[in-house]
Amino acid sequence: MENDLNLKATELRLGLPGSDEPERQMTPRPNKRTLSDIVSEGSRSTTEEDHQDTAPPAKVQIVGWPPVRSYRKNCLQGKKDEVEGGTGMYVKVSVDGAPYLRKIDLKVYRSYPQLLLALENMFKLTIGAYSEREGYNGSNYAPTYEDRDGDWMLVGDVPWEMFISSCKRLRIMKGSEARGLGCV
Amino acid sequence: MNYFPDEVLEHVFDFITSHKDRNSVSLVCKSWYKIERYSRQRVFIGNCYSISPERLIARFPGLKSLTLKGKPHFADFNLVPHDWGGFVYPWIKALAKSRIGLEELRLKRMVVSDESLELLSKSFVNFKSLVLVSCEGFTTDGLAAIAANCRFLRELDLQENEVDDHRGHWLSCFPESCTSLISLNFACLRGEVNLGALERLVSRSPNLKSLRLNRAVPLDTLQKLLMRAPQLVDLGIGSYVHDPFSEVYNKLKIAIQRCKSIRSLSGFLEVAPHCMSAIYPICGNLTFLNLSYAPGLHGNKLMKLIQHCRKLQRLWILDCIGDKGLGVVALTCKELQELRVFPSDPFGAGNAAVTEEGLVLVSAGCPKLNSLLYFCQQMTNAALITVAKNCPNFIRFRLCILDPVKPDPVTNQPLDEGFGAIVQSCKGLKRLSLSGLLTDQVFLYIGMYAEQLEMLSIAFAADSDKGMLYVLNGCKKLRKLEIRDCPFGDAALLEDVGKYETMRSLWMSSCEVTLGGCKSVAEKMPSLNVEIIDECEQMEFNLDDKQKVDKMYLYRTLVGHRKDAPEYVSIL
Repeated sequence: MENDLNLKATELRLGLPGSDEPERQMTPRPNKRTLSDIVSEGSRSTTEEDHQDTAPPAKVQIVGWPPVRSYRKNCLQGKKDEVEGGTGMYVKVSVDGAPYLRKIDLKVYRSYPQLLLALENMFKLTIGAYSEREGYNGSNYAPTYEDRDGDWMLVGDVPWEMFISSCKRLRIMKGSEARGLGCV
Repeated sequence: MNYFPDEVLEHVFDFITSHKDRNSVSLVCKSWYKIERYSRQRVFIGNCYSISPERLIARFPGLKSLTLKGKPHFADFNLVPHDWGGFVYPWIKALAKSRIGLEELRLKRMVVSDESLELLSKSFVNFKSLVLVSCEGFTTDGLAAIAANCRFLRELDLQENEVDDHRGHWLSCFPESCTSLISLNFACLRGEVNLGALERLVSRSPNLKSLRLNRAVPLDTLQKLLMRAPQLVDLGIGSYVHDPFSEVYNKLKIAIQRCKSIRSLSGFLEVAPHCMSAIYPICGNLTFLNLSYAPGLHGNKLMKLIQHCRKLQRLWILDCIGDKGLGVVALTCKELQELRVFPSDPFGAGNAAVTEEGLVLVSAGCPKLNSLLYFCQQMTNAALITVAKNCPNFIRFRLCILDPVKPDPVTNQPLDEGFGAIVQSCKGLKRLSLSGLLTDQVFLYIGMYAEQLEMLSIAFAADSDKGMLYVLNGCKKLRKLEIRDCPFGDAALLEDVGKYETMRSLWMSSCEVTLGGCKSVAEKMPSLNVEIIDECEQMEFNLDDKQKVDKMYLYRTLVGHRKDAPEYVSIL
């Protein structure tokens, strides 16, 4: 602790900073994570260095940023979709362990295999094949969705049209929880 | 004072309405506590887990109005998982079983089921007012129950809720005998409404002062509603799309001119910008204008509209207004107290159309400005210093630079000095949100100068634990502290655990605090619930105390651990 009051440190001047403080510099902060750290932390799988990673951090989506209420985001997103033509049916997709969610337009797909393939590509993981008896047994991942009643259902049980109309969001579960689902 | 009969004291207490004051009164002595608790009608509970409904009912048998808040603030930004908690049902169930004559219920960030709404509607004969803000979990079926069963309903106010719209006829469920409505706000509903039922409802509600419509209400219905309710004070327009040469538009112009009492205008959820001139006659009286859901309104049409609004006190707008548009605000709206500028592209960074220039213009033109929410492309220290000089009366100052670690673009310095100027100048500042590149220095300033600060939101800032320590040591009135992505660790967290009992809550996510540190807080302070939210279930496999905690939420409570936490929440 310094003995003197170090008034200079707490002095507020109505002038531009840096004007008479030549020693004030941007020192590196070993503890601070940079934005690119925060984003790359989440991607567990080894991805090829695609162009996204080299883009300036400002363009990358961080969970919960900017701090805008989801209600407002959904409203304005809805308007954007309309402006861009066609209503679309965007649902959020979360993957256990990933730092941020994605959105996909369910209307783009015609069948479960198409949807699952798209999810596999988007998140660089393997979901595997569905069977009525065993679900997605053999895979580390299970695709689930939240239906209109708020229940979490396994993707693939109901006819595609019914799924489309009742799916509110998707969650790709991982690990022990996922493996257990095949045996219910 | 001991010799006054209770009735006299009760009469005196009637004049004391603020929650803070009534709380203070109850602490004076046992006698005052008793009189106060029997006469209290309105109770505010900022954290629904800090107390139980049973204890509330036991203490305030005369309760008529209850306000409850559930999820932490960062839940608004998807940082809290969907089913974390905040269920209102246990409260309604307990109140229903008691003899409380509930008349008003105001909820924020809570999970409200249709079952809850139905129980509410059937349990309180004199129920008058339901206000739901940022809630979820209910459908229009629940609203139908409220409409059908609350015979004396005065207020149904739904603000920014996620409602599952079953497109049912909930509006038709208001019986013919219901004529008591004063306020009806269903702007957040996405589905169709029965327009005939709406018209009839408005016709038989002579006391209706506030009406906010959703997108599904077209212009010709709006015109009919306004003809039936010229006494409206607050109007939210749903759809404002029409042909300016049509008969409907002419009728609308006449209808609007009759509404001489409108002081507050919002909505325009769909808008044809070339038809705004019909609104001009009422603009001169407006004190509140909310265009933040109308991205179709910008440029010259927007500026022309604003130029008519000379008495505006609160303005909510999208950033497509631009710095130039804010200049028009600065010239026109001399009475402006509150400004909120929202991003029109809430997903992208770097596309905001306002910069520090717009803010400086408004601060120079609107000296009464005391509340700000400003999403912008960039900010400079010089601008903040100017704003601090121009507007020393800020109570709320929330700045969000869309790129979260952006420095002053002119000097490349952190924004410490700018925010420092704000806290030093605005001696009444109660709420502050920071952004941009910030070091420990800004927190030194906050600790030193922000004596009235009650709520602080921090993201991607600081260099070390010192930042958090400056705040905890300095801000004596701090109630809510929420932090994300800052290098604050156990040393800061554990420095003064007693402080957290003087606060409502502390949120820390993506910081450096460890499981061991959190456990330590929980051990030392049994009056706190220390929740670890672990969606990815990392903790399940690795119970090492040195493990960093992804999300921690701690809050003071009188009722111990809650029983409704989902599996991924551990309460230490």
